[in-house]
Amino acid sequence: MSQPGVGILINFNLGINLSEDFASRGVPASKPPPWNDPFIRSMFFQVIAVLLLGYCFYSIFDNTLTNMEKRGITTGFSFLSEEAGFGILMSLIEYDETYSYGRTFFVGLLNTAVVAACGIILATSIGFIIGIARLSNNWLIAKLATIYIEIFRNIPLLLQIIFWQIAVLQTLPGPRQSLRIGDAFFLNNRGVFLPDPKFGKEFIFVISAFLISLISAYIFKIWAKRTQEKTGRQYPVVYVSLGLIIGLPTIIFFLVGMPLTWEYAKLERFSFSGGANIIPEFISLLWALTMYTAAFIAEIVRSGILAVDHGQTEAARSLGLRNSLTLRLVVIPQALRVIIPPLTSQYLNLTKNSSLATAIGYPDLVSVFMGTTLNQTGQAVEIVAMTMAVYLTFSLVISMFMNWYNKRVSLVER
Amino acid sequence: MKYKSLGILTAIAAVATFSVASAGTLENVKKKDLLTCGVSTGLPGFSDPDKNKKWTGLDADYCKAVAAAVLGDANKVKFVPLTAKERFTALQSGEIDILSRNTTWTQTRDTSLGLNFAGVTYYDGQGFMVSKKLGVKSAKELSGAAVCIQAGTTTELNLADYFRFNNMKYKSVVYDTSDQTIKGFEAGRCDMLTSDQSQLYALMTKLKDPASAMVLPEIISKEPLGPVVRQGDDVWFNINKWTLNALINAEEMGITSQNINEKKSSKDPSVMRFVGKSKNLGKKISLDNSWAVNIIAQVGNYGEIFERNVGKNTPLKIARGLNALWNKGGIMYAPPMR
Ligand SMILES: N[C@@H](CCC(=O)N[C@@H](CS)C(=O)NCC(=O)O)C(=O)O
Repeated sequence: MSQPGVGILINFNLGINLSEDFASRGVPASKPPPWNDPFIRSMFFQVIAVLLLGYCFYSIFDNTLTNMEKRGITTGFSFLSEEAGFGILMSLIEYDETYSYGRTFFVGLLNTAVVAACGIILATSIGFIIGIARLSNNWLIAKLATIYIEIFRNIPLLLQIIFWQIAVLQTLPGPRQSLRIGDAFFLNNRGVFLPDPKFGKEFIFVISAFLISLISAYIFKIWAKRTQEKTGRQYPVVYVSLGLIIGLPTIIFFLVGMPLTWEYAKLERFSFSGGANIIPEFISLLWALTMYTAAFIAEIVRSGILAVDHGQTEAARSLGLRNSLTLRLVVIPQALRVIIPPLTSQYLNLTKNSSLATAIGYPDLVSVFMGTTLNQTGQAVEIVAMTMAVYLTFSLVISMFMNWYNKRVSLVER
Repeated sequence: MKYKSLGILTAIAAVATFSVASAGTLENVKKKDLLTCGVSTGLPGFSDPDKNKKWTGLDADYCKAVAAAVLGDANKVKFVPLTAKERFTALQSGEIDILSRNTTWTQTRDTSLGLNFAGVTYYDGQGFMVSKKLGVKSAKELSGAAVCIQAGTTTELNLADYFRFNNMKYKSVVYDTSDQTIKGFEAGRCDMLTSDQSQLYALMTKLKDPASAMVLPEIISKEPLGPVVRQGDDVWFNINKWTLNALINAEEMGITSQNINEKKSSKDPSVMRFVGKSKNLGKKISLDNSWAVNIIAQVGNYGEIFERNVGKNTPLKIARGLNALWNKGGIMYAPPMR
């Protein structure tokens, strides 16, 4: 977290120095020599400071590795190309035990990314609904939302994860007694089994059609908005867009001969094979992360909405806006400014909390890479450093995205 | 988790940066008057806390033997429970003095991890446990099965090798502790559990209904389990090697915790060397000459330790098999003490 701090510091100094610089330009005759120029001088010291800090970190790392080598512990990153030799329960990319340790890194990374991404989307949706529900005029709905928030926010996440895992495993039947919908969908204590789509070559046309309709829908939306601003005529933007986005690809799909087949899961001696399998560990982890984080998000949403002055709602009403429109067009856009900064930190928490996955055997980055790979190779320093770099990167990317979004929605003073 | 990883990193960095040579474990142990010993988080028969929270088991007894040899008191041991994943880092970083936690001696561990194995306390091999109601008779029928397994073990690698070589498919559900592993098996998350065979018997005793599971006949690997110390500290390495050798030699010479006092006045030259009456063998490993007497009087010989923890009269009911002495049909063999 020191990076943004340093950034702010530098920016701050630059700001001041630049303005001084600017001020001094007003008196052109007395331009100081470079070593007396405050801007250059402060730049110089900052660069030195950064270099020193970098050298410090480098020498700690290097020293550690050298000393470990002296103790007979292998160091370096060459292990990444060695064969891993162990299996991983779930992988979004092709993987088996003949792949390298480097590959296990990406398998774990993607497994972490996918729960984090799904968790953020789900927790945000549920959190918004619950947060608004808590402000509802309906006594029952408001109380239920309060109870939800108080329960899920106050039980340690680890317990919740283990609870859901046990609940999932205990309540679901074994593979032979699966709950099923026809011959396509199965649910048992090995997870959910779905038909796996196999795309033909011609499917590329369908994808292109989809992209084209997406772009046209966007253009239509802009056009409709302009026309409305000019003439006041409203167009049914939502229906037209939906029609475009769903209709066009569907027509193309049938025209090119339905290039899509489904591979169904089949029951074998022990369990199902083939098809697509969502493992129970993923379900319980995702569910626990979602329920837990949604409780916090609900509170953030509630406080955000309450922060919008009541006069805004009254003004919207007196303009004749319906309740839902008031919420959507007046209250939420203003509430977002209050909501987004704390929401960002919930997203960061969710991502980092996903590393509790090892408690139930979900193969995330910490379990696969910092667990098994570390233990098989013994290269703790390298592996822990790589793992920390991944979480840091995830966090910084989320922060950057949310900061960008925050700037976009923040108040434009006119 | 982040704090933990940071912890590991700083621990390693600190230790590696500030104390280059790892020598001096013996002095450290003597100074603290306490031996720190890494064990499992709970594996009946090997290292498992009993009702009074005292650690028992074959692996725990080995550490007690070292404490008896070095400090003269088998009770001066602090046990640190470690999962399979944590154990090597704990030893490398100096958090523990000995790792005695059903750890398989492999070439990688012995070399690139910077560790030394002091010998073999138990000859094991990897086996499979399945639920009886599956009706499986052999591991060869297991293609397509889900396997409960512990992270960071040789077990994970052997399993992959075996299934790959026999062209069978599997799904491995990986847990951190043996407790989670057995719970996963019990909840039906997987069709079989695989581990070193001795541990399968130990874990079976943890099942609600031990009779519902069975161990398949196949053994798919060699798992020589033994105590581990850091590389580069020969004094400490020697102490550990010869503590184990003393345990095995005592059984071979018929020296037990019952008769050790009489043996002190024995005229048999090899027994006289053992009890420290001649040759100063203790001094040769920087210890007191009564080291071996202390071990046997307080902990017993290898055979006694075996029978007490995993033998016929324990819930594990394991026969000596490979772990019998070399002259009794097994392969337990220690170099002579002279
Ligand atoms: N001998 C193997 C496996 C050792 C191992 O960790 N076995 C498990 C059996 S499931 C165990 O002892 N677990 C006890 C614990 O988690 O503390 C190795 O050295 O890699």
